[in-house]
Amino acid sequence: MTSAFDPKPEMLRIRDLHAFYGESHILHGIDLHVGRGECITLLGRNGAGRSTTLKSILGLVGRRSGSIMVNGKEVIAEPTHRMARYGIGYVPEERAIFASLSTEENLLLPPQVASGGMSVDELYAMFPNLLERRHSPGTKLSGGEQQMLAMARVLRTGAKLLLLDEITEGLAPVIVKKLGEVITELKARGFTIVLVEQNFRFAAPLADRHYVLEHGEILATISKEELPGRMDWLHHTLGV
Amino acid sequence: MEIFGVPTALLGSQLLVGLINGSFYAILSLGLAIIFGLLNIINFAHGAQYMMGAFIAWVALTKFQINYWVALIAAPLLVGLLGVILERTMLRKLYKLDHLYGLLLTFGLALIIEGIFRDQFGISGESYEVPEALSGGIHLGFMFLPLYRAWVVVVSLTVCFGTWFMIEKTRLGAYLRAGTENPQIVQALGINVPLLITFTYGYGVALAAFAGVLAAPVFQVNPLMGSNLIIVVFAVVVIGGMGSILGSIVTGIGLGLVEGLTKVFYPEASAVVVFVIMVIVLLVRPAGLFGKA
Repeated sequence: MTSAFDPKPEMLRIRDLHAFYGESHILHGIDLHVGRGECITLLGRNGAGRSTTLKSILGLVGRRSGSIMVNGKEVIAEPTHRMARYGIGYVPEERAIFASLSTEENLLLPPQVASGGMSVDELYAMFPNLLERRHSPGTKLSGGEQQMLAMARVLRTGAKLLLLDEITEGLAPVIVKKLGEVITELKARGFTIVLVEQNFRFAAPLADRHYVLEHGEILATISKEELPGRMDWLHHTLGV
Repeated sequence: MEIFGVPTALLGSQLLVGLINGSFYAILSLGLAIIFGLLNIINFAHGAQYMMGAFIAWVALTKFQINYWVALIAAPLLVGLLGVILERTMLRKLYKLDHLYGLLLTFGLALIIEGIFRDQFGISGESYEVPEALSGGIHLGFMFLPLYRAWVVVVSLTVCFGTWFMIEKTRLGAYLRAGTENPQIVQALGINVPLLITFTYGYGVALAAFAGVLAAPVFQVNPLMGSNLIIVVFAVVVIGGMGSILGSIVTGIGLGLVEGLTKVFYPEASAVVVFVIMVIVLLVRPAGLFGKA
């Protein structure tokens, strides 16, 4: 196993990140940082650049510039497939469960990149539905089960920095509650989490800090302690 | 003895011919299906790569006394390596473009490769001896079964189903299937998709060359042997469903047999029966018999 995780207090630091899709300039100099074991959220309206920020970290956009430090190492020039080896686990907005693979094949697909990943038994204990459906094709699962599978898939790899994109979107309240419990447990286990969320009520109690994005820029950074005093401004800015 | 008024010896021998042709259709369409699935490239150079396999075996035997068994391993490796270079230097630049660009590039390459071989070897064709261990045959009572032809069918089916097993039942196959669906996410999960693509193209091309070596003792080794066959193989791929692995194997064998039976019962239609079936399948089920709509 690689030892991608020599402890550094700062798990992720982004400086002046610009991203482009073709000629379109989407991110205009994002700056943020996430400490080890912290959970932060990226908030903003549709099109603000939240999902693009996650994709830019992984190199899934057309072109990017600036600096992305993961665990103290500059990674902006690295190809996408190497990013997992720096301990980054990505749960995309569309979940990306593979139709031609069974639930268990989906779960076992990503290579283990570091020690300390959860075992398959631990994951089945955390998401019992997946155990029952392990031989079903991935896309025969319900939306909630697919989301759990997308989460479980990255937890097995040993990734310690999780990029979670709209994980509650379109899910029933009972599933959202379960995901909240899972994130709380992951935080307790020391995972570092970057959460892109529309569901502010879900994200607020989980996060240590909130970054509010608009037009591809950070509009404000709000700590957990400052949050109660900024709620009116947030509601106005986010339109929720 | 007769079946439907046809002597069993004739029926049996035509079914065998059909099975042999079907074996070549299956290996070649399998290679095309794998390449199309992951690369989105319609590999029109496939026929030329099949021809190269046969010619490498012929040159190896006649110029260097390298026997069939060595050629059966070495020629696919060599042509596969050329495929890897082609993928790294040219095809890689086309993945984000329409299918048509890949088709045009590989079609142009096929013409160049065939032209070079015509220039070097002419088009009269060369013969390649059946290897000693597989010469002769067995009398089955109702027909004579040449050993080499039986070998071609058995080894083709083994390679086809071995490839199917690799894709459906192994971790590498899971990478391939997932990469076919969503290569970006597979990359983000830590899998080296560019390397996977290179391997896949090399393997698909090596399959074509393997079929070429198998074909050398059956057909004449000729620079045009690939272009004659590849048109039928593309029809097989369309009928089976673009990108379908099992579809290409089953359809390849099945259409070879249909062609063989047509030669017995209505020989005039044997050259077009595959294309008639293609038209019907396109009208009734445009995604192909095994393709996903």
